[in-house]
Amino acid sequence: MSDEFDDIQAIFFEECAEGLTTAEQGLSAMQAGDVSAEVIAGVFRAVHSIKGGAGAFGHADLTAFAHKFENVLDEVRGGKIPPSPGVVKVMLSAFDILTDHVESAKGLAPRPADQAALATLEQVLANKGADDGGPVAAPAAAAEVPAGEADAFGFVPMAVSLDDFDAPAELPAADAAWIVTFKPSRAALANAGEPLLIIRELESLGGEVVAVDTSTVPPLRDLDPEDAYLTWTLRVPGEVAEGDINDCFDFVAPDSIVEVRRDEAAAAPLAEAAPAADEFGFVPVSAGIEDFAAEMQRVVETIAAASPAIGSVETPAIAPKAGSEAQQTIRVDLGKLDLLLNLVGELVIRNSILADRLSPADRQRVELPELARLTRQIQDNVMSLRAQPIKQAFSRVPRMLRDLSVETGKQILLETVGETTEVDKGVIEKIGDPLTHMIRNAADHGLESAEERIAAGKNPAGTIKLSAEQRGARIFVRVQDDGRGINREKVRAKAVERGIISGDAQLSNEEIDQLICAPGFSTADTISNISGRGVGMDVVRSNVEALGGRVEIHSVPGEGTTFTMILPLTLAILDGMIVRLAGQRFVLPLAHVLETVQPEPGQVKRTSPDSEVIDMRGEYVPVKRATEIFGLNDDRAIEDSLVVIVENEGSGKVGLVVDTIDDRREVVIKSLDQNLHPIRGLGGATILGDGSIALILDIEALVASTNRFTPKGLAA
Amino acid sequence: MSKLILTVDDSASMRMLLKTSLTAQGFRIESANDGEHGLERMHEVQPDLLITDINMPKMDGFELIEAVRAVSGFRGTPILVLSTEFSDEKKARAREAGATGWITKPFEATKLGAAIRRVCP
Repeated sequence: MSDEFDDIQAIFFEECAEGLTTAEQGLSAMQAGDVSAEVIAGVFRAVHSIKGGAGAFGHADLTAFAHKFENVLDEVRGGKIPPSPGVVKVMLSAFDILTDHVESAKGLAPRPADQAALATLEQVLANKGADDGGPVAAPAAAAEVPAGEADAFGFVPMAVSLDDFDAPAELPAADAAWIVTFKPSRAALANAGEPLLIIRELESLGGEVVAVDTSTVPPLRDLDPEDAYLTWTLRVPGEVAEGDINDCFDFVAPDSIVEVRRDEAAAAPLAEAAPAADEFGFVPVSAGIEDFAAEMQRVVETIAAASPAIGSVETPAIAPKAGSEAQQTIRVDLGKLDLLLNLVGELVIRNSILADRLSPADRQRVELPELARLTRQIQDNVMSLRAQPIKQAFSRVPRMLRDLSVETGKQILLETVGETTEVDKGVIEKIGDPLTHMIRNAADHGLESAEERIAAGKNPAGTIKLSAEQRGARIFVRVQDDGRGINREKVRAKAVERGIISGDAQLSNEEIDQLICAPGFSTADTISNISGRGVGMDVVRSNVEALGGRVEIHSVPGEGTTFTMILPLTLAILDGMIVRLAGQRFVLPLAHVLETVQPEPGQVKRTSPDSEVIDMRGEYVPVKRATEIFGLNDDRAIEDSLVVIVENEGSGKVGLVVDTIDDRREVVIKSLDQNLHPIRGLGGATILGDGSIALILDIEALVASTNRFTPKGLAA
Repeated sequence: MSKLILTVDDSASMRMLLKTSLTAQGFRIESANDGEHGLERMHEVQPDLLITDINMPKMDGFELIEAVRAVSGFRGTPILVLSTEFSDEKKARAREAGATGWITKPFEATKLGAAIRRVCP
């Protein structure tokens, strides 16, 4: 049971995460001015569900806090508190504390200090959001709440399980027997309240029916089978607690008559309770109940007999989509998915080996192409199992920006686009840190203070736009600010000072911007505790490159800066060209290959002792040789070689000198950095069809090392 | 034959919790994840009792109860509301819609069982 309970609780925490995301999106929309009923209801429902589950799983602190938060949301929903910016701000702060409470309930964090937030919520409730709510007098109010007593604010104890519609309260008397009078209303019957069940329950407490008043039962022709006519009087032993008796009437409609009192003058109350009883004489008790039961049975049968016609009309109209919309999910251990992915990878490799060893005719005979196609489909499916919306990586950002806003005193608006873009889980996990750093960088260095922005004729609040989109097999994640742009003078001066470039280096604007990613670079005048933590954009770049991606920077002075992380959609598979370089086999990612040429004599020209270009129909493309790239011994004449022109989007082309092109095939990427340090220029390794190992070239790094700065190149 | 109960709640953990605790008490449980789905499931499973949450997407508990009561075949089916809400206003609304009883979350399994037996013939 406890295992089962833990499992269910794990699902509850997943729901909490979803609820928190929904709430946060809603609150952000409200902050941006969308205070539609739908948005508010969405936030309310999310917080309400968290509260409900938290209660069920015994997280009292979380329940209490969510309860207070929900109260405010309920008032906002009901129009009693206007969703002013101040109130929304209070709710956003409350949301942050709620998030902390959830973490605390998971046991991942200590119980958050929520007194101030509770007091502020209380204040909003008390003032009905007047004067913008704000964190007005929060400290004073906080003082009124005794520390540590989360539920010292009039929260009705939730542990009481059975609530009732109406609460009959009677004064206790002596130990005399209870006389209970019960006349169910028509409404009680209409709501499927069954008097017989209540009478049975009272009997189980030792009660007995002493009278049934049938005086109001009309002649049969006037009898309305849906109306209630009978009144029962029961005697229940005096030692039974009054609460237990009242519990029996938990669900009785308020217009039913229920009286519970002590039988002080033994016989008298009976006569009162059933005044009309004499008219028909006392109906035998059990018969009374059975009659009623029989009557109800008839009513039920009448209704049942009448209903099929109607029921059968209604049923098919609704039934066809039965259950189809219910989202069916199961939870799977990630380790199992990884294992599956690995196995599929092996399967792909075995396919290649088979393709290598069989003649074309044999391949057809054993239907290898069909097998390959199926394998590919399985692989795609396994990959999609690991794909997750990038929303997960974005989810930390709003809160981070709120904190940054407080730390920097800057007003920051967040816009997010493309959160549903799906990316491999491994990529999502690894972009968290680079993303955090880019956001901090944008908030700290990119955006100006409100005064500076006003002076520049901008909106005092800066905007950071976070977007994700898929283009082909790549994911573009952008952090865009509308701040001051990169101060190139300052960056350049700093780079010279740090010895990253020489004082007379001629650099384009783009090259200067790239310097931000140079190791050990920091432009902050004083090291702030926000982005200047000794790790700079160089760490962002190396993290992203380790993922097989790259970082691009685009900046316009006065208008802002955009950092773009360009990431592979998956970390596991690659469409590659198998080439030989200095006798060894390498894989070139096919996505980057533009064309292949056999150079004519004179087509490759030497421009300086260590650089060559190839003339491609008038366009000069830098040429790289294996000697330059990996220090391999490569003494072939250029005319005996092939030049593969590869392009890296946005950063230019380069021609790679290769001996031969062997094949084109899909390869499964095996990470090198599990075993070795990341090596610039190499994106991983793979196992080829014959079982041998080939290294995968990282085109980004190769192109970048020609076209972009390198410490060596720039210092020259 | 043990009683068949349809539980309607948008929270999967709540549905599972209900299922676990009520199955242990000898009830058979079917579930649905919102009002609309609940109404469909009512027709499919024809339960002895409906237990529904109030705050749900698509169709809330009040609407579900009204829709169920509007079907003549379900007029005699007891309906319990299981909600964290406990305001008299909400309870009155639920009753008006046709609810038989109201239970406030969180529930204690045994008391929930007792409440069910109180309304389920």
